[in-house]
Amino acid sequence: MTAAVFFGCAFIAFGPALALYVFTIATEPLRIIFLIAGAFFWLVSLLISSLVWFMARVIIDNKDGPTQKYLLIFGTFVSVYIQEMFRFAYYRLLKKASEGLKSINPGETAPSMRLLAYVSGLGFGIMSGVFSFVNTLSDSLGPGTVGIHGDSPQFFLYSAFMTLVIILLHVFWGIVFFDGCEKKKWGILLIVLLTHLLVSAQVLPNDCLLGLPSEYSKARDQQYLLTSLVLHASGP
Amino acid sequence: MLAGTVRFARHCLKFFPAQKHACVDFGASRGRAMLTFMASDSEEEVCDERTSLMSAESPTPRSCQEGRQGPEDGENTAQWRSQENEEDGEEDPDRYICSGVPGRPPGLEEELTLKYGAKHVIMLFVPVTLCMIVVVATIKSVRFYTEKNGQLIYTPFTEDTPSVGQRLLNSVLNTLIMISVIVVMTIFLVVLYKYRCYKFIHGWLIMSSLMLLFLFTYIYLGEVLKTYNVAMDYPTLLLTVWNFGAVGMVCIHWKGPLVLQQAYLIMISALMALVFIKYLPEWSAWVILGAISVYDLVAVLCPKGPLRMLVETAQERNEPIFPALIYSSAMVWTVGMAKLDPSSQGALQLPYDPEMEEDSYDSFGEPSYPEVFEPPLTGYPGEELEEEEERGVKLGLGDFIFYSVLVGKAAATGSGDWNTTLACFVAILIGLCLTLLLLAVFKKALPALPISITFGLIFYFSTDNLVRPFMDTLASHQLYI
Repeated sequence: MTAAVFFGCAFIAFGPALALYVFTIATEPLRIIFLIAGAFFWLVSLLISSLVWFMARVIIDNKDGPTQKYLLIFGTFVSVYIQEMFRFAYYRLLKKASEGLKSINPGETAPSMRLLAYVSGLGFGIMSGVFSFVNTLSDSLGPGTVGIHGDSPQFFLYSAFMTLVIILLHVFWGIVFFDGCEKKKWGILLIVLLTHLLVSAQVLPNDCLLGLPSEYSKARDQQYLLTSLVLHASGP
Repeated sequence: MLAGTVRFARHCLKFFPAQKHACVDFGASRGRAMLTFMASDSEEEVCDERTSLMSAESPTPRSCQEGRQGPEDGENTAQWRSQENEEDGEEDPDRYICSGVPGRPPGLEEELTLKYGAKHVIMLFVPVTLCMIVVVATIKSVRFYTEKNGQLIYTPFTEDTPSVGQRLLNSVLNTLIMISVIVVMTIFLVVLYKYRCYKFIHGWLIMSSLMLLFLFTYIYLGEVLKTYNVAMDYPTLLLTVWNFGAVGMVCIHWKGPLVLQQAYLIMISALMALVFIKYLPEWSAWVILGAISVYDLVAVLCPKGPLRMLVETAQERNEPIFPALIYSSAMVWTVGMAKLDPSSQGALQLPYDPEMEEDSYDSFGEPSYPEVFEPPLTGYPGEELEEEEERGVKLGLGDFIFYSVLVGKAAATGSGDWNTTLACFVAILIGLCLTLLLLAVFKKALPALPISITFGLIFYFSTDNLVRPFMDTLASHQLYI
């Protein structure tokens, strides 16, 4: 706990994203704007999915344990689907914007679609990572003992690595997704959606909070495998 | 969306062939905003003058450079040019973004508009972000600003009532009182300006800056020291506060490095926002924020709006408005960039030359034309860069303050939740971006508050009530979406 854990986990989770931001985005004002717009789109998608989850909860109105869990799973899947829909909406918006930019700056190179894909993916990723992790991070600054009631003591570390994975995955998904849209290969969009669902549903077999360290590492290894797969897919 | 914007811009330029530059004003929200917060602060009666001063200031006539370096006010002859640029002009229009430069073909003008837009959006993002960071950091660490220690006299109704309906009624009444005080102050300001009571306004402005820079800083410093349990003896404290305040007065009202002036403006906006956050009761604060945006919209866009009248009066007289407090980013803002922009070195020299030209022309009694102020056209890329940097964006401090109040309130009442604060932050930035885009499209005075505050309010309430339980549940089960 306290400062060491705080800074360690913060840099594990947000270090690469920060480096990507500082070296590629911070120099160009237009990219910063697109990044923040991407973050905004992700935020709106989260808002809508929270609304759906909330309404489902109100409608079902059952305080039962398993029902709440199924509702959460339903909420997760709906959220993933809505996020991908908003990614597509952002793609359409960026397409129109880059056409506009091209038409007024014929001499200058407007940002390419690949670059915009990267920026939008990073925007989505940063917002997603921050929303998932920042509350946990602020709790880690205070005093306490992790896992004192029998839970895993690696909670913060695992969360930090998961956040890192999610941020990077969003970047790669963004690139792959936009590429699929550009080439009109709709199968790729489906693959992105499925891998996203796979990642989000990864944790479910571990029965959440009571995961043992070995299960943590298993889940983590699976995440890394998936990340590297998607990275290679987004490469070419 | 942007393509549509560009087409529209081209369309507009066709209709104004004689007009060499279409300047867009940003509307009087700052003045009003300042009015709002000033009026609500019972400690600062003197600040009302400053508020009224701000809305009394009208933008200089429609010219890009002119807006920034307008004809000098008679009383400010001794002042530094760059300060005057900040001080004059764009009071009512919080931001004065000019699209197009005289003597350029229309295509280039539009291109400049858009490139101008992106860079200047960032030049506004950075100070707004900094102000919010200061406010949120203070709120989260210093307990003083979240404690309830009474209310201002402008919000007399308490919110400690048992029933929800009564509380709502009280907050609405508080808002009505506050807004009516603001309206009265604005009208008073218009009257003052119409009858040319410049010395009065100037003195008022100085008095209010004094109070802000000395008294509020002293209180703030005291609370921060208390929080971190750091002892400071009175002589040191006196020296510190005196230096801070004196340099601030010099920077803001006279001459000083631009960066220092910007830093001071950010600091005092943050201080005022903190005062608001402390002394406005919960529900009243949200209702006031909403009401202020509506009032902003009405006052700037309606023909009989006080701020619009103020703008028109100033334009008739061809005068700059008093400095009051406008944040000016006339230089390239290099904070947060990975590499230093080499052109920024050159840009530092720029604003002075045209100003000197303006000075010489003013002495002959000629109105200042924008062509006069353009630097010699050396080469396309260089000059373009120079032009962009010369056309600094100005944003009123009232906008800073209200944005920070919104984010600060979100941080203070969000039950320790950072997601709400971040959501409001992103919403406000996007609102600012959209407002600037609208400015480029409509090319007339627009208020800066409505869109951002609306987004901010929507995101605050929805994040606090819908997203927070969802994210908390997900986090407790370690689900990542």
